[in-house]
Amino acid sequence: MTTLIAILLDGAIYASWLFLVAAGLTIIYGVMRVLNMAHGSFYAIGAYAAAATVGWFFSGEHGNPYLSYLLLVGCALLAGVILGVVIEQGLLRFLMGRDEILMVIVTYALLLILEDATKLIWGVDPYFAYQPYRLLGISDIGDILRFANYDLALIAVAVFIGLAAWFVLNRTNKGRLLRAVIHDREIAIAMGVNVNAMFAATFVIGAVLGALAGALTAPAISVTPGIGVEVIVLAFAVVVVGGLGSIGGAAAGAVLVGLSRSFAVHIAPEIELFVIYGVMFLVLAFRPQGLFGQTLARRI
Amino acid sequence: MSAILETRGLTRTFGAVVAAMNLNVRIDQGEIVGVIGSNGAGKTTFINMVTGYLPPSSGEILFDGHSVLGRQPRAITRLGMVRSFQVAQLFPKLTVLENALVSLVAAEGPRPSFLCPLDTPQRRAKADAIFAEFGVSRYRDVLVSAVPQGARKLVDIAMALVSQPRMLLLDEPTSGVSIEEKFALMDTVMAVVRRHGVTILFVEHDMEIVARYVTRLMAFYSGEIIADGPPKSVLGDARVQELVIGHHLDINALGVAA
Amino acid sequence: MSFPKHLASSTGSAVAIAALVFAAGTWVLPPWLAFLLTLAFAKGLVVLGVVIQMRAGLVSFGQALFYCIGGYIVGLASQSLGISDAFALLALATGAGILMALACGWLLTRYREIFFAMLTLALSMILYGALVKSSALGSTDGFNVAAPSFLGWTPQGDAQKQALYLLSVAVAAAVAIGIHRFMVSSLGRVIEAVRENELRVEYLGLSPRAVLFSNYVVAAGISALGGGLTALASGHIDPDMAVWTTSGEFVFIAILGGTGHVFAPFIGAIVFSVIRTFAIQEAPHFWQMTLGVVLLALILFLPKGLWSLIARDKPAEVAT
Repeated sequence: MTTLIAILLDGAIYASWLFLVAAGLTIIYGVMRVLNMAHGSFYAIGAYAAAATVGWFFSGEHGNPYLSYLLLVGCALLAGVILGVVIEQGLLRFLMGRDEILMVIVTYALLLILEDATKLIWGVDPYFAYQPYRLLGISDIGDILRFANYDLALIAVAVFIGLAAWFVLNRTNKGRLLRAVIHDREIAIAMGVNVNAMFAATFVIGAVLGALAGALTAPAISVTPGIGVEVIVLAFAVVVVGGLGSIGGAAAGAVLVGLSRSFAVHIAPEIELFVIYGVMFLVLAFRPQGLFGQTLARRI
Repeated sequence: MSAILETRGLTRTFGAVVAAMNLNVRIDQGEIVGVIGSNGAGKTTFINMVTGYLPPSSGEILFDGHSVLGRQPRAITRLGMVRSFQVAQLFPKLTVLENALVSLVAAEGPRPSFLCPLDTPQRRAKADAIFAEFGVSRYRDVLVSAVPQGARKLVDIAMALVSQPRMLLLDEPTSGVSIEEKFALMDTVMAVVRRHGVTILFVEHDMEIVARYVTRLMAFYSGEIIADGPPKSVLGDARVQELVIGHHLDINALGVAA
Repeated sequence: MSFPKHLASSTGSAVAIAALVFAAGTWVLPPWLAFLLTLAFAKGLVVLGVVIQMRAGLVSFGQALFYCIGGYIVGLASQSLGISDAFALLALATGAGILMALACGWLLTRYREIFFAMLTLALSMILYGALVKSSALGSTDGFNVAAPSFLGWTPQGDAQKQALYLLSVAVAAAVAIGIHRFMVSSLGRVIEAVRENELRVEYLGLSPRAVLFSNYVVAAGISALGGGLTALASGHIDPDMAVWTTSGEFVFIAILGGTGHVFAPFIGAIVFSVIRTFAIQEAPHFWQMTLGVVLLALILFLPKGLWSLIARDKPAEVAT
């Protein structure tokens, strides 16, 4: 019983993290048809910016320690907006409409560039920003289980972002336009939707979400080179399982992958990585469009 | 005359939309059948079903007396029933010659060699003969993407005929082709088809073309065949004029084929 | 600069000349360069596997799967089965790659575009995930591969390295000739047709999936061969051979060289290896950035790769 609760809670925490990482990726794909490999770098840069700033904040007397949470979010916003605007306006808008697979390669090039840029800015030594993580304390669940409140709060953040995305997409005018673009780009263009502005906004939002995932993860890990490369394939697995371009799909994919991994970690730790990609492979084998994806028929 | 293509109770629905309703068609060897009908009447659906691209909801399809239901398009092609497309389906980044070479090798058998070269003098000679027949020789070494629309349509039909089929289904052979070119294109195709004794069914919007070339005409409306017979009687049919053509037609002005 | 036409048309003799020139280098080249070329030829084989799939319109972001299988099969056969003959080991590696491809191909050939890319990536990461956790195979450290023998001859020291260099030249040349024949064969050209329009291929009476399947298996075989050769030459294998960034490197080299000719991947691999050697010495923190910038520049300004600088486009773009 205790093991089961541990598995479920661990799974929920991991799923929340996966959802945060994957949300931006799937939104960008849904609207722009760009499977953005550089999303891993957005995550890494968000994490570095947050870790460096929070590290500075706690290095002296800079005010109420709870302000550090605002700093985390602020860093993510700043990093995400800068990256999003520069990359979308400086490169991607010239390539829109090209082959999806070509865009994968273009964003792979961006990933390579940003990986080294990260090392140039922050060096190769690890950064730690554990204070915000410690600050929230630990909860005892039952007799044996202990969970960091920061991790549990992550679940709430993920749920909040998921609901916010749902609200924006379904209850606001801009959101409805966005869904029109996701559903059928040609018709949306024909109806006079300013697709370019939509693309720019989407890319920035996606980048901010990626950086936010990194910034919120930073206190729980040691921020080192290479985290972006690790994260991007996980995020791919999640969005592919859920169905590319679907927010609900990303949530479902995150839960499925999160729980599978959690079961593996507790029951057969040696197959942890294997399980994540195994789930992706199985879902694709039997439902190529993902759990929530749509299929498109070809007209002749 | 023996039936080459026969359908029995062929029906296809897309949700609530009925694209084909209980189609019973019998086409005999050597016929030149025209198909008319407004958009959405089920003409392309019919071609898609008999060539194996679209499974019917119910019904039977016989080609040369054998059921082809459930067979892949490639298997039906191998049996001798081929088609062309509304939008020419070619290999745009290959030259016209390369397009023809691929068709020729496909016609030789289902398993192309992975050792023997595609480009042989024998196949080139065959390709050249086909180009001469269709009057597209001057585009031989041009990328298909750079070939004008009318010639592209001809290449599309030529590629379908490479395997020396017994029946050819043409989906709007003259769509996208300028008015001046239309008759030249049809003259070329019909001459080749007659020479090879191919049975032909073609979908067409242009009543002048239909009237000039077909020996039999079928009018589709809303998934059903509302008239079937000699072109003169079908075009003169009041329901066809009302539902398919949309206005009164002076049949005598069209010069209907005898 | 244009490639002499009589050579371009008879690739076989061109490969033979190139192979002889490189073979002659055995006694001239400094050891570091010979070693670099040995690995570059091995890598070129893997990239050739990526390239022939690109001709089919498919980008594999998981070709490292076969590279790694080839490497590990050589390592395992040498360590556990005691096989030391280089030719036998390479044959085993190729066979293993082909078997794996036969097993996965039926599923993968259903997918195109990014789905193919992601599925190949997932497959290679499954292998990676399995290898890093298997302590019997050395986990993340991998293990060392003993120096091979050549039909009973076991050279030592410099002779060993020279033999491996010559082996890589010979294998690369043999595969280049074979794959060139494959690329201009009926099946090889139908592969391009499948990339252009699967529907038409189907209606010509051929199965696009069967065509892609054969191509996938051939690609897997030569990539596994390249992995096996790498294991022999470097004397070491580890799970990083399967990680997705390794596949990314192969895609990079494929785009660098271009897909226009069987030579292109080898030219790409050599250029890549030389630049990397200097870049890692001079500016290790700029290496990936350089790759990224070059990749973007290639996509934007030289989409057909380095090979397009050497060869001329043959067909006219405009009707005359």
